[in-house]
Amino acid sequence: MKPIIRLSGLSKVYLQEGAPFQALDQVSLEVLPGEIFGVIGLSGAGKSTLVRCVNLLESPDAGIVEVEGQDLTRLSPAQLRLARRKISMIFQGFHLLMQRTCLENVQFPLELEKVPSSKARKRALELLELVGLADKANAYPARLSGGQKQRVAIARALATQPRVLLCDEATSALDPTTTTAILELLQDINRRLGVTVVIITHQMEVIERICTRVAILDQGRVAEQGAVAEIFRNPKTDAARRLVYPAGVPAELPQENPVIRLSFDGGAAYQPIVSSLALECGVKANILAADLRPLEGKTFGTMLLELPDDPAARKKALSYLTAQPHLTCEEVKPHA
Amino acid sequence: MLELFTVDFWNQYGLLLLKETGSTLIMTGLSALAAYLLGLPLGVLLVTSGSRGVAPHKVLHAIVDWAVNIGRSIPFMILMCTITGFTRLLVGTHIGVRGAIVPLVLSAAPFIARMVESSLREVDAGVIEAALSMGASPWQIVKKVYLPEALPSLTLGGSTSVVTILAYTTIAGAIGAGGLGDLALRYGYYRNVPPMALFTVVLIILLVQLIQTVFGRLSIKIDKRLR
Repeated sequence: MKPIIRLSGLSKVYLQEGAPFQALDQVSLEVLPGEIFGVIGLSGAGKSTLVRCVNLLESPDAGIVEVEGQDLTRLSPAQLRLARRKISMIFQGFHLLMQRTCLENVQFPLELEKVPSSKARKRALELLELVGLADKANAYPARLSGGQKQRVAIARALATQPRVLLCDEATSALDPTTTTAILELLQDINRRLGVTVVIITHQMEVIERICTRVAILDQGRVAEQGAVAEIFRNPKTDAARRLVYPAGVPAELPQENPVIRLSFDGGAAYQPIVSSLALECGVKANILAADLRPLEGKTFGTMLLELPDDPAARKKALSYLTAQPHLTCEEVKPHA
Repeated sequence: MLELFTVDFWNQYGLLLLKETGSTLIMTGLSALAAYLLGLPLGVLLVTSGSRGVAPHKVLHAIVDWAVNIGRSIPFMILMCTITGFTRLLVGTHIGVRGAIVPLVLSAAPFIARMVESSLREVDAGVIEAALSMGASPWQIVKKVYLPEALPSLTLGGSTSVVTILAYTTIAGAIGAGGLGDLALRYGYYRNVPPMALFTVVLIILLVQLIQTVFGRLSIKIDKRLR
């Protein structure tokens, strides 16, 4: 399939207090039409710069930015403005116009295109309906919660029927429950409207939950990219391991015994998973590392378990764990 | 002092006070209007043409920046006296209300440009970025983002500008512009009629209060962030 976004050899150097800082270093990646592509990295890895290069809010020092076969770096300012209408963006801080109602916010990009106001209004109402905020059409953003603001921002981003939706840490300012709802909305939009979604985040669970493929960005370079499941199962680089494995993971995983990675998506309340594994399956698992955060009575995070080297016990444990709701479980290959 | 406000006082000066209050209001209002016509676009240019603006233009920015600074550096009194030729050329006279408006506008416009600049800079850079990401042109950003989003702040800044112009009009009074400043100086000081000095000052205080209250309330009323 022909990629909808093709970034090739992107480099960008900033001057930070007089000293050059390499934000992007020869970044190349391709996003396929209709997929949800994730870019993850720690802060300072260059994610925000990377996503801003896709619509040229940042212009790279070198490299090609191709969207739908068009090299954006060669466009005139007027042509670029036209191209940007098909590449929408949502932000961590929502960035709604505070002096406009929700409806007027969604109409905003249509006004820029000089769509007649009755038509724009109708479309904006449909979009607010789509994001579940039809009743807030005449409310001002100051009255909305974070999740509602992001919904309005999503409706606004969809107004021009974009081919691509860029999400810059779109859920980072939201609580876990709202994050889940917004991710579901993005997934729904991706499926129903066929919009290609690019998600920039530092939250592993965001990637885990909705992305099909992921690129791991580390110090301005792509450390690894590929299918999400594959990278989770077998992270090859240190940068990937730091993200995939919880904090405090031992430098070397045991080579002989099988290791599994559990991730808790916050759907379940109190889950004494290790004890119930022992009690109900008779499997004694060893916790290698865990990074769990109880939030609002629910558990988020990941855990690495070492299972005994007994195929029968391993099978039993795996089938027990996979049957648990709100828990995903995969085997991890030991890294050398 | 109060006993000085006799019937005689009102008979003698009442009409004059009314007339000169009118002059002050006209001078302030017209100058403010004209100064905004000049200062608002300058303020917008200061923001948009800056290196991080939506339409960066080094030369233009440097010129406007310098011109505004120079305009703000010249004391009003000096400006007024030195440009009398220019004023006459423009409005036919350099005295009276008409003659005062030209230097008032020239003096207030750079001040207003800075007020506008600071109001526009309060607009969240993220909102500007969002508009850019939607393909907005620089002009659309000024018209549809900067000005509407900064309107409450611009309104509040308006009170500061108008009060400043009001203060200038009293200085203008000293060299033949008329108005309350002129009354205070001529009657209250030179002719030693203390109630005149007192009363004009009280009137000016009331005017300032009025301007501040009206603009302040308006700013709150139109600000949709506060509800």
